[in-house]
Amino acid sequence: MTDGAERRVVITGMGVMAPGGIGVKEFWSLLTEGRTATRRITFFDPSPFRSQVAAEIDFDPVALGLGQQEIRRMDRAIQLGVVAAREAMAGSGLDVADLDPTRTGVSLGSALGATIGLENEYRVVSDDGRLALVDHEYAVPHLFDYLVPSSFAAELAWLFGAEGPATLVSTGCTSGIDSVGYACDLIREGSADVMITGATDAPISPISMAAFDAIKATTPRNDDPAGASRPFDLGRKGFVLGEGAAIFVLEEREHARRRGAHIHAEVAGYASRCNAFHMTGLRPDGREMAEAIRVALDEARMDAGQVGYINAHGSGTKQNDRHETAAFKLSLGQHAYEVPVSSIKSMVGHSLGAIGSIEIAASVLAIEEGIVPPTANLHEPDPECDLDYTPLVAREQRTDVVLTVGSGFGGFQSAMVLAAHDRLSR
Amino acid sequence: MTAVVTGLGVTAPNGLGIDDYWAATLRGESGIGRIARFDASPYPVTLAGEVPGFVAEEHLPNRLVPQTDRTTQLTLTATEWALNDAAVVPGDLPEFGMGVVTAATAGGFEFGHRELEKMWRHGNRHVSAYQSIAWFYAVDTGQISIRHGMRGPSGVLVGEQAGGLDAVAQARRQIRKGSDLIVSGGVDGAHCSWGLVAQWAGGRLTESADPDRAFLPFDADASGYVSGEGGAILVIEDAESARRRGMTGSYGEIAGCAATFDPPPGSAREPGLRRAIELALADAGTSATDVDVVFADAAGDPDLDRVEADAITAVFGPGGVPVTAPKTMTGRLYGGGGPLDLATALLSIRDGVLPPTVNVAVAPAYEIDLVRGTPRRATVDVALVLARGRGGFNSAVVLRAT
Repeated sequence: MTDGAERRVVITGMGVMAPGGIGVKEFWSLLTEGRTATRRITFFDPSPFRSQVAAEIDFDPVALGLGQQEIRRMDRAIQLGVVAAREAMAGSGLDVADLDPTRTGVSLGSALGATIGLENEYRVVSDDGRLALVDHEYAVPHLFDYLVPSSFAAELAWLFGAEGPATLVSTGCTSGIDSVGYACDLIREGSADVMITGATDAPISPISMAAFDAIKATTPRNDDPAGASRPFDLGRKGFVLGEGAAIFVLEEREHARRRGAHIHAEVAGYASRCNAFHMTGLRPDGREMAEAIRVALDEARMDAGQVGYINAHGSGTKQNDRHETAAFKLSLGQHAYEVPVSSIKSMVGHSLGAIGSIEIAASVLAIEEGIVPPTANLHEPDPECDLDYTPLVAREQRTDVVLTVGSGFGGFQSAMVLAAHDRLSR
Repeated sequence: MTAVVTGLGVTAPNGLGIDDYWAATLRGESGIGRIARFDASPYPVTLAGEVPGFVAEEHLPNRLVPQTDRTTQLTLTATEWALNDAAVVPGDLPEFGMGVVTAATAGGFEFGHRELEKMWRHGNRHVSAYQSIAWFYAVDTGQISIRHGMRGPSGVLVGEQAGGLDAVAQARRQIRKGSDLIVSGGVDGAHCSWGLVAQWAGGRLTESADPDRAFLPFDADASGYVSGEGGAILVIEDAESARRRGMTGSYGEIAGCAATFDPPPGSAREPGLRRAIELALADAGTSATDVDVVFADAAGDPDLDRVEADAITAVFGPGGVPVTAPKTMTGRLYGGGGPLDLATALLSIRDGVLPPTVNVAVAPAYEIDLVRGTPRRATVDVALVLARGRGGFNSAVVLRAT
């Protein structure tokens, strides 16, 4: 640990696998052009389902560099994670050979782990549900690694030769913020100098669609797949399930400076709270999310007025959109009405645990590129949602501080503050 | 800032509640037996550590039972016991002062098995409205937070068997950041045919059918492990805050924590367990000579036992510290295993007794002083608990008497 000096955490590498956006560059083009990647499901026949749309990635693992054994061994979620991790590593300029393995750790988020792998293997060992006692003769050797998704974190650790602390963070739909927050804590306290972090999820499978259908959480707006994800719009009817991954290289700031790394942004503050209210319901006043926002700003030593852009959870359910609108007002006061807000879920869908990290990537790009991504499909705002949600078109704007938030099943509410690392003195 | 444990709740294969569990453990009474919850006769593995005699309806409100997996039911029960043990009245603490950090490995797997069966046998419209909240890994933290009004920082960590210690380390981190109380630990298991087959596929479950010769860590006959269900929930508090609400004592302090990861397979570098031990001791500000007992990970696999015995002798010297593995009476409990070992170690500190490892005769190749057969009287001021997760996760926690 550096003697007595405060340890600050910066992002020096980013990789993104998003629907319509393979790699950071393509992802950012999709967002800034306000295009949507939601479509009628192609992974399986969606016709028996209430919700038949999703945001899928056209993913060719071979073309993106995965080997045959990796493809056999890894669930789709960690395949996406590995591809994103390789992009992050390449962009960071770090050479694995130069890393101190014992000072490098992994904190990966995932809400559902190996859902597709587990469901596919279940179908085989149960012969499509016919066998109540499943047939072990048909079990594949990596089934255990689908069962326990810390195997995902192990894959990333092996990739980077990391021998510091490693874990998988699984707090449902806030996993992608919480995993990065956890990584920051480990760097700040001195347990690691470099953390490979981020999140991944690939939940588009029949069992997930059926589970969300059963509680009417996903949209039945099947006749208009491109316009199906409509956060803050009066015509919204639920979220659109997505998939994806975003992986970051986080470094202690002096460690990054010493090697002359390009710094994308600083992770300045983070907090999470629970609503202790309901597994899927939200308290309308947004009290716990507001508290998470307040604590994250406090950790960043910033005032509400410094927030230049809010990357909203914006899942496109009525209760969420109103809940977080209330939370922004409660935590930021009058400034909530002045700051642009947007939800990229309108374009890339809701990839559960992964989306929090994908939204961190979008927030960092908003700072670096000076552009606020829009909320697509927002034609007729819900009158209860009366903030500036940046409808339809991206906005050029210098942004030094972004607040990104997440909210999820189990009552988790998380907030993170990202800041331009060189434009602010704090 | 000192993080102390003020309450324990245990649901284990050899005992429900800390009194029954501790008494059974000191008697050397194992909860490992023939699988009774489903017909395991078609499978190569027929043994497990199942929690017997647990009827969810006796412990939980009726409406919660159909919404939750058995592991969540065991978790909520252990949590209630732990909070009672700590005499916590949730209303006495600040609104955001209490949080929850649990370990998970398979989520509500048995619940998920049932829903997968409905999905593929009968169709998607037969899937339960509770599937989306019952089987994901965050279910226990969410349910505990709701049931007890805990709105502070919360989390869920997955690190296979190492995750339970990581969760407790994270609980201590939250205490240090300002929380008053964190409910932590884990209660785990995947005891349906689908869960058993998924575990067996990993290749490390023993296929022995003799409960007394099945799970034999550090024994020449080690042939793999038996898996179990259950675990422990710990109430972890800032010592000062606990005192303010009138708690005069505690089970002990979470004094040191560390986690490492092994080098990639095939590497010539040393596995990370020794480093985890050294980092945890340094974090606790204590030295190897102060440690009174080591609760071993006890994988029951010859290669992994070798690595652990080497790490222990490297730090403590040959036979330099008593080592025990009461998990030989429960099986490996994944996310619940580390927390149950922590609870057991804290009871050792309380009562000045080291619980035994059962059935094992230490192979001469391992130079460890294993507490075998019967408990050993000893003053325990410092205990070290180790846990390893499949893939290369190593975690260590140092507990200290208060």
